[in-house]
Amino acid sequence: MHKLDPRRYRQTARTAIGDPVLQGALANLQHRLKTATAEAYQALAEGPGLRQIAHDIRRRAIGNLDTLLSELAERITQNGGRVFFAADADEAVTHCLDIARRHGVKLAVKGKSMVTEEIGLNPALAAAGIEPVETDLGEYIVQLAGERPSHIIAPAVHKTRRQIGELFARKLGIAFTDDPPTLTLAARRALREKFLAADMGISGVNLACAETGHMAVLSNEGNIRMSTTLPRVHVAFMGMERIAHRLVDHDILIRLLCRGASAQKMAGYVSYIGGPARPGQSDGPQEFHLIIVDNGRSRILADQTFREILYCIRCAACLNVCPVYGKIGGYPYGFAYSGPVGAVVTPLMTGINRAADLCQGETLCGACRQACPVDIDIPRMLLALRAKLAAGDRDWDVVPAHPAEARLFDFWAWIMGRRRRYDAALSAARLLQRLLPRENGLLRRLPPPLSGWTESRDMPPVAPQSFLQRKRKRGK
Amino acid sequence: MSSSSTLPANPLTRPLAARPGAVTLFAQCLVDTFYPEVAEAVVTIFARLGMAVDCPPEQTCCGQPAFNAGYRRQARAAARHFIEVFENAGDIVCPSGSCVHMVRHGYAELFADDPGWLARSRRVAERTFELTEYLVDVLGVTDLGARCEATLTYHDSCHLLRGLGIERQPRALIGAVRGAHLVEMEDADRCCGFGGTFAVHYPEISTAMTAEKVDHIVASGAEAVVGCDVSCLMNIEGVIRRRRLNIRAIHIARLLAAGCREDLWHA
Ligand code: SF4
Repeated sequence: MHKLDPRRYRQTARTAIGDPVLQGALANLQHRLKTATAEAYQALAEGPGLRQIAHDIRRRAIGNLDTLLSELAERITQNGGRVFFAADADEAVTHCLDIARRHGVKLAVKGKSMVTEEIGLNPALAAAGIEPVETDLGEYIVQLAGERPSHIIAPAVHKTRRQIGELFARKLGIAFTDDPPTLTLAARRALREKFLAADMGISGVNLACAETGHMAVLSNEGNIRMSTTLPRVHVAFMGMERIAHRLVDHDILIRLLCRGASAQKMAGYVSYIGGPARPGQSDGPQEFHLIIVDNGRSRILADQTFREILYCIRCAACLNVCPVYGKIGGYPYGFAYSGPVGAVVTPLMTGINRAADLCQGETLCGACRQACPVDIDIPRMLLALRAKLAAGDRDWDVVPAHPAEARLFDFWAWIMGRRRRYDAALSAARLLQRLLPRENGLLRRLPPPLSGWTESRDMPPVAPQSFLQRKRKRGK
Repeated sequence: MSSSSTLPANPLTRPLAARPGAVTLFAQCLVDTFYPEVAEAVVTIFARLGMAVDCPPEQTCCGQPAFNAGYRRQARAAARHFIEVFENAGDIVCPSGSCVHMVRHGYAELFADDPGWLARSRRVAERTFELTEYLVDVLGVTDLGARCEATLTYHDSCHLLRGLGIERQPRALIGAVRGAHLVEMEDADRCCGFGGTFAVHYPEISTAMTAEKVDHIVASGAEAVVGCDVSCLMNIEGVIRRRRLNIRAIHIARLLAAGCREDLWHA
């Protein structure tokens, strides 16, 4: 597999479109979850309007992020946990490695966590001689295959039962089968040994609660609960925006998160973790660390235009309805986060010019916003990113991405400013299109920069007379 | 089936006596340039309602193509021209959901830092209506006396549906066309893959999406797909024709102006 890189958006997308297995899997996933999620919102006791209430809860939390985070840190410290604020990926990874070294960790079991993908934790652990083992079934499959997750919630969505059967036969030494229960059982056996042998548990955080000093982690397999309680040390990574003020906010946000993620009323396992095991408690780690990761989030927080993307609770509902994601899958987005949310977050975190294709490679159809449990206006932010690419932007270190196209639009604006010029442009187009091949009255091939259109589509010619020209003639 | 009686009362609906004698047409640049017959159809529809259609001769484009591509300075230039041309008009009607969405919502973003133009754009936006919305919600009509014996399916354009919330109006209008049989396709509300410059910059992704749309149209068994935006229709038809399928893409205005099937099939 190629290294993930948003600069390869088009090529990676093309490969995905040409892969019938992937196309089937994506269609399946979207078909299953699109209506189910919409219905799950409808079925909320408070009605789908709860999404706007949740939006306001998130807005207030992000507006008070500094106070909420220090409240959380204080409570966790009181409970005997340790909190570290990491400015960037390096700091977060290094801090985790330090903890691991102090405890002589050889094996770490991991609950599903996108922020650890974001900071590149697994390769760093491996390089330090620590074996990281993903324990979410989907993540485990992807890890065994040496790949990266292609969906925020369903990381192995791109793999078929058959492929998984072959993978397990090769890696776990079992006889080939594509029977899901048998495969699940094989994974469970292999993972059980890892759970018992692990020195460290690593998890993400779905949502922290400032008021109580807890972090909620959700799963459907119970694996996160085991990762966070069995090993002697637990390290939790949390994107610094993943916090709500009060426990009553959790009630709303977590119900919406589960509906957005998988059209479930509630995840199978919800744990609230507030620190290490207390003296006398038999369960829980001896040491608990929370690493709160900034890694570009403060910069997003400081910009009113993009702050809204920090309301995201990473449910992946937007991926499940996005018609572009439905065709290209997760890899073209070139980072931990894919789909509509990735198209906004990745440019902001890794460079807008570098991820220009992510800002431009959507149709602004608005399906993501409608599916988002916290009603985030993703199309608005995509437009804002495009505006930065078009004109450049000092604050975000953006240089104009397409100077030639900008000149074309200058010319276009000049034409649109007077009907006389518009009519002249139509006349010119009519002359030029005479040179183009036609079939059944439609144009078969357009010259650059419009040639993309006719790669797989015909184009109507400019009419002999525009409507306004007809009217003018008639009026005379 | 005429659904006018089943539609919920709309506060916008004007009683017959309060109907203006004329509307102002913003033809929209793609209609004006590629599909003048769509604008002709709009004129026919209003003539049947006894209303004249005013057509400001200086009109060009609302600015949406530049806005969606990020070129805000250029979009503002076109938008200012649009506002100047239309600010003294009465009710402005446009046979395109995405352009009405641009005027209603895009301009607010475009002129956010310019109170003068923002106020002017608001005044125009308040009086700008998408065709089907104007017919059904403002005038309170669904039956325009049209006739067309055909099995049709309807494609929901993105900005029309999710931006303006227009979903039942076109269906009610199609339902009232004599002889027309409306069948819903799967995922009628899913994007067709047009997306303006997106279609040109990312043709593989765009046409993969359009192919899915066309497959759903074919599976519906319809002889034609009807829509409210020629941009989507141009895209869908482009693939239909490249695949040499015997299916039409028809703007709703032409359907509503039709006297018989031949008006659409042999024009
Ligand atoms: S943007 Fe909304 S829908 Fe998408 S992952 Fe975030 S919360 Fe979920």
